[in-house]
Amino acid sequence: MTHAGECLVRGTGDLGVVIERGAGSLVVVDTTKHTSLFQVKGLGDLSHASAVYSRDARYAYIFGRDGGLSKIDLLCGILVKRVVQGGNSIGGAISQNGRLIAVSNYEPGGVKVFSADDLELVADIPATRISKGKGSKTVGLVDAPGQRFVFSLFDSGEIWVADLSNPRSPAIQRFRNIGRQPYDALISPDGRYYIAGLFGEDGLVLLDLWHPKQGARRILDHYGKGEQKLPVYKMPHLEGWAFAGERAFLPAVGHHEVLVVNSRDWREAGRIQVHGQPIFVMARPDGRQIWVNFAFPNNDTIQVINTETLKIIKTFKPGKGALHMEFTPRGEEVWISVRDQDRVKIYDTHSLELIDSLPADKPSGIFFTARAHKTGL
Amino acid sequence: MPGSKIFRRITVIALSLICLEVTAAPDLQRQKELNYLLKHDCGSCHGMRLEGGLGPALKPVQLQFYSVEQVAFTILHGRPGTPMPPWQPFLSEQDANWLAARLKAGVRP
Ligand code: HEC
Repeated sequence: MTHAGECLVRGTGDLGVVIERGAGSLVVVDTTKHTSLFQVKGLGDLSHASAVYSRDARYAYIFGRDGGLSKIDLLCGILVKRVVQGGNSIGGAISQNGRLIAVSNYEPGGVKVFSADDLELVADIPATRISKGKGSKTVGLVDAPGQRFVFSLFDSGEIWVADLSNPRSPAIQRFRNIGRQPYDALISPDGRYYIAGLFGEDGLVLLDLWHPKQGARRILDHYGKGEQKLPVYKMPHLEGWAFAGERAFLPAVGHHEVLVVNSRDWREAGRIQVHGQPIFVMARPDGRQIWVNFAFPNNDTIQVINTETLKIIKTFKPGKGALHMEFTPRGEEVWISVRDQDRVKIYDTHSLELIDSLPADKPSGIFFTARAHKTGL
Repeated sequence: MPGSKIFRRITVIALSLICLEVTAAPDLQRQKELNYLLKHDCGSCHGMRLEGGLGPALKPVQLQFYSVEQVAFTILHGRPGTPMPPWQPFLSEQDANWLAARLKAGVRP
């Protein structure tokens, strides 16, 4: 590893970060050489941390559980700035033009918007009050074209679209009564469809951002009808979207299934029985395979699905706590963090074989710089 | 006398060992597993430092109005209608009681 502060002269297109969940640190990795370049410490509570990139792909912004927002310089391996912006945050997004960073909060609820440059607060959007001093938990925050941020309100069952064309006075459009307990959301790769998953009832909610006047509508609203819901030991994530051709692949909640939906008419196009409660359902960048990991107690397993046949082509066990997966930009490799082994394992997505691994301290999220140029990531 | 102070310490330690014996705490290996579960698996909803997430903070202040048994009941049976799942398939009553007591006493996993 290089010493922090000795800045590298190189491109960043094949770099990424691996969150070290236990230690509140991250490692900067080189995906071409399969090496770690720097470890950056002092990032606070990183359980459930996520990252977005500046559009020059030099800086990573890390959203920590404790409300911390950290800006990391990948080339110098240093923490440039860190602010603690809220009590308890769940994720964030970077605006279309790269100038604004939005962070959503469980507590006190709502979204705060910062300047990407110096992390100064630009706007504060409090959530709907649900009781004295308590705002609705805010989840599923994504960026959308037109300097917009879209997010969902867990306790009050709403979707809000905030237009930050004028950053100091956001214009907010609210969609109410969209369904019970939206827990996470995704946006389609073209930035048109916002889809929120519901915990409190079966189904998902779709908002067409080209035609917001049509309102939010329910899709796949009876995928679990008549079946006993199984307990969910970890909430699924939708942000690792999986669009493959015309089909979108989504985790069911309380059912050991991946749901397939046709993205032309948003009707169900199949269901795939899988090994456990799916957490991440992610498409290989060419859309030919879907990789799925699972909640406790099945979080030692990964399944790979062929998107043409909808059949599982491989089931394997990288180890306990296989928490996150990230594809290299064109998808020839996938990196999987295996928490309980303190390793990141690298698989060839063609042969489906393990090809390498790297040490990391209780690794969780893996985020490569290719995200810098993708809406919603 | 310093000697009697040490003696008192020893008595206290001995007594607390007896207490542990009486409530039959899980063995050390199991305690380790439970701490790991608390940090990482409960932590995925309650925060790794138990300061809250989708689920509420699990600090002594928040739990002060519940008895150990009530907290253990929530852990074993969950809260239907909320994301709090029942842990009965993975935890014995003894495990749940031990976790509940740790939570009420204020652990930092
Ligand atoms: C999938 C998410 C999830 C997981 C995992 C989870 N919880 Fe919870 N838990 C919740 C939610 C949500 C609530 C709040 C329920 C309500 O609204 O009454 C809760 C409530 C509780 C409460 C009651 C707190 C109060 O103030 O009323 C306790 C105690 C608790 N959980 C302990 C645990 C323990 C111990 C574990 C791990 C063995 C765990 N939880 C794992 C989501 C979760």
